[in-house]
Amino acid sequence: MSEEHTARPADERVVLEARGVSKHFPVRRGPRSLLGGPRPAVHAVDDVSLRLRRGSVTALVGESGSGKSTVARLLAQLYPLTSGEILLDGEPARAGRGRAFRAYCRHVQMVFQDPFASLNPVHTVRYHLTRALRIHNRAGNSRQELEEALTELLGRVQLTPAGRYLDSFPHELSGGQRQRVAIARALAADPRVLLADEPVSMLDVSIRLGVLNLLRDLKERLDLAILYITHDIASARYFADTTLVMYAGRMVEGGDSETVTQRPAHPYTRLLLASAPDPDRVTDGEDGEDGGEGRADEPTEDADPAGGEPPSLISPPPGCRFHPRCPMAMERCRTQTPPRFDLDDGQWAACWLYDTPSAVPAGRTGGTAEAPGTGSEAAS
Amino acid sequence: MSTPETTPVTTDVATAPPVLEISSLCVDYGVGQGAVRALHDVDLTLRRGEVLGLAGESGSGKSTLAYAVTRLLSPPGVITGGDVRYHPRGGEPVDVLAMTPQELRAFRWQEISIVFQGAMNSLNPVHTVRTQLTDVLKAHRPGMSRTERVERARELLSLVGISPDRLSAYPHQLSGGMRQRVMIAMALALEPEVVIMDEPTTALDVVMQRQILRQLVRLREELGFSVVFITHDISLLIEFSDRIAIMYGGRIVEQAGAAEIYRDPRHPYSDGLLHSFPALRGPRRELTGIPGSPPDLKAMPPGCAFHPRCPKAFDPCDRRVPRLAPVGTDTDRSVACWLNDDRRSGEA
Repeated sequence: MSEEHTARPADERVVLEARGVSKHFPVRRGPRSLLGGPRPAVHAVDDVSLRLRRGSVTALVGESGSGKSTVARLLAQLYPLTSGEILLDGEPARAGRGRAFRAYCRHVQMVFQDPFASLNPVHTVRYHLTRALRIHNRAGNSRQELEEALTELLGRVQLTPAGRYLDSFPHELSGGQRQRVAIARALAADPRVLLADEPVSMLDVSIRLGVLNLLRDLKERLDLAILYITHDIASARYFADTTLVMYAGRMVEGGDSETVTQRPAHPYTRLLLASAPDPDRVTDGEDGEDGGEGRADEPTEDADPAGGEPPSLISPPPGCRFHPRCPMAMERCRTQTPPRFDLDDGQWAACWLYDTPSAVPAGRTGGTAEAPGTGSEAAS
Repeated sequence: MSTPETTPVTTDVATAPPVLEISSLCVDYGVGQGAVRALHDVDLTLRRGEVLGLAGESGSGKSTLAYAVTRLLSPPGVITGGDVRYHPRGGEPVDVLAMTPQELRAFRWQEISIVFQGAMNSLNPVHTVRTQLTDVLKAHRPGMSRTERVERARELLSLVGISPDRLSAYPHQLSGGMRQRVMIAMALALEPEVVIMDEPTTALDVVMQRQILRQLVRLREELGFSVVFITHDISLLIEFSDRIAIMYGGRIVEQAGAAEIYRDPRHPYSDGLLHSFPALRGPRRELTGIPGSPPDLKAMPPGCAFHPRCPKAFDPCDRRVPRLAPVGTDTDRSVACWLNDDRRSGEA
């Protein structure tokens, strides 16, 4: 979307990176399983790698239970990793507790889903923001400097005049205003990375876009790297530059948002897109052939919504985790975990369908697939 | 397109007789000075066999309407005026608001059932699905024997696509989507004429949501009940309902067929709501949502409740409340907006 970040070398823009990150939560053993056997664990996140670049929004899309919030919490260093590493500016970051954690927080801040729960009901907006400023040594040396910092923060999230909001309690604000206060609090640290975990899903429909537009505006003005976690793939298309799709703890597809939503490669992404509410699906049938441009890659055609549910993460299926629901599952999907296969335009999919160029399924005839790791450019 | 079930059956539904008629219903929360009016003069007709979508933001009164109609409104909610008439199949209309507790007990679930918001968590965790499903039958069909009840429970489960051997499962052994289906099965246990669904799929994922809604539409066609579908997701309603009523600040602001609302919304709020959902296809447009925030029931703006946020507000909007009136000659469409008052056939 934005031109400026492609102009510079891509790697300079990477602030936060996850490499092969996994997180397993141990499960308490019942009386029966106490006798032998390995200790069971929920495989919440397995082998996830992603990069967050400055001035760019990365969306992480998935159903509940797919591990997308766990990824955000791992990036915020709220949980210890099971394996893999997190790099801040290319340096491995291991924030423990106390001072090291605070130093990490200065760069990476998080905005939570529920603004009704993330603000303390017995404190005013002034208290919340002052505390954040003080912790990160940005409160200034005098009362006046603090006041200026507070006004500036609220101005950034478009809560003006600041005087009207500073001394109000969370219950006096609407949901959208509360979420703006939560964003202001995250900005108090002057971070470079903002991890937004479903920042609008608890808000009223008519004000969601206002908050998303605010985040986009902040991204541009403050050159922030934003991770936008959502289950709504349409909003990812609207708001994010890059979209990553997660299923059952693994990344299955990634690439430019427009490409992922218009030409989904992984069968799961197609299922997700076919299930998303889309009024055009009904009215197009009635209106006949208007708006027919670029509809050759209709995502709904071949993706007959599959039945079934996401698998248990305590004993995830071997091979590709989507294979029990996949309409195109092959023999090796059941045994081997697919690696990432690069497609055109920076899009990739972890699906065996893209292993050989000849196996390009119908519906993606315009796209090309190339063999993994060879780097040979297939002509399109 | 492989979605035949989403085609609205407008031809026979539009002329079908009414099953539930709500007229000038008013609901207050609290009494006396501190009372807050949550519903203002709501008029709504549900026809036999149709899916009526009720859309609105939180605080718009859509859940209050569902509770008032089923007389489930708990204090401090009070019905202060209006009329709710239920038309039984081949019988005289009944006044729901005048029912005695005994009549209500027979009426609920038998004639109108409701699937609550967060229904996934409304199952009792210490009882099996069998106990909870047969309990409904035990209360309402005293003549049924134990084996008949279990047989009916098995039948209900397979109706909503769950294998009948899950009858002895406890709620925690089922996934969210399955629990939701059990709730729907329970709502259909007595073959009611009307099923009210209050945000039935909000807590579910899109894939599961679509599966359940498809099943519901299929069951509606098989069993012929009517559905009131309450949600804030208008794009979902456009796909799954026949008619849509949009609520704002305790009033219905627009009512029309689903496709008409989508193609040509008449109320600026409906228009704003439709433009609050990013599209999956087509050009990527800059969307703004609706500026401002939903009104506070304690401090409703005078005149049209939407005027402080309305881009088209003009002279009478902040003084007089527009009434829900038909659009042109179309008796099936109505809108409460001053824009519609004089130049109804003017420029769009």
